Amino acid sequence: SSSFKRLVEVGRVVLITHGCDAGKIATIVDIVDHNRAIIDGPTTEVQRQVISFKNVVLTDIVVKRLPRTIGSKALAKFLEKEQVVEAWQKTAWAKKLEARKRRSAMSDFDRFKLMRLKKQQRHIVDRQVALIKKERA
Amino acid sequence: EPTPKLFRMRIFAPSEIVAKSRYWYFLSKLHKAKRANGEIVSVNEIFVSDPLKVKNYGIWLRYDSRSGTHNMYKEYRETTRAAAVEACYQDMAARHRARFSSVQIIRVATVKASEVRRPYIQQLLQPKLKFPLPHRVQRPAKKADRALIIAKRPSTFY
Repeated sequence: SSSFKRLVEVGRVVLITHGCDAGKIATIVDIVDHNRAIIDGPTTEVQRQVISFKNVVLTDIVVKRLPRTIGSKALAKFLEKEQVVEAWQKTAWAKKLEARKRRSAMSDFDRFKLMRLKKQQRHIVDRQVALIKKERA
Repeated sequence: EPTPKLFRMRIFAPSEIVAKSRYWYFLSKLHKAKRANGEIVSVNEIFVSDPLKVKNYGIWLRYDSRSGTHNMYKEYRETTRAAAVEACYQDMAARHRARFSSVQIIRVATVKASEVRRPYIQQLLQPKLKFPLPHRVQRPAKKADRALIIAKRPSTFY
């Protein structure tokens, strides 16, 4: 079978990468042509709009059996039933994006707290490693 | 003239001034009417009622090539009439080097999916359409964020 697993289709969840909605997810509701689709994200504050595939990344999540050109309210119901937003937030991809956002929003005090916590963690781990090494030797 | 004739045209133009100019250009071709003897009653921008619904537009046009003038029928998949005509003008410029002044849009109409004539539009009208994006070019959100030097060749697998 084909090596392409992520397809542009009605129901595919996409992550918007460019524009004012960057970082939010939305669902493909209709396909205009090979460059553009109509996306809608009623549960993630994304207005229904025509967007180019250049401004978007396909994710692995698909909302199955979504009727083409479904309205915003009905789409919101579909998304809540399938728990799409939760499924997205559970993925490693979403967690990495969230971690990146948090890290860039850290203040100097937060970095200090992080340094202290890391030091504590290192102390506990290294102490155990040293004990084991001593035992082995 | 006790009851002067009233004419109406739907013009595609970047501004009101160009719209009025094109209106007189077409009207004097079609009727015995010229700008000096007429008066524009109103110029209104027309907004489409369903801009988030994709439609198949068929455009009949007439254009001047370098060696003659020809008729054409082209189809576009767009959300509004204005977007379809804009796509048409861009397409004519690209494929036939025809500038704005050499293209006359005769008719724009929405076409039902069963009556679409062009295969490049028909291929988008199949039920449960799905396709991959085979060549992924990863661009940063801002041009300033792009890395000038990268360690590995980027992967274009989606």
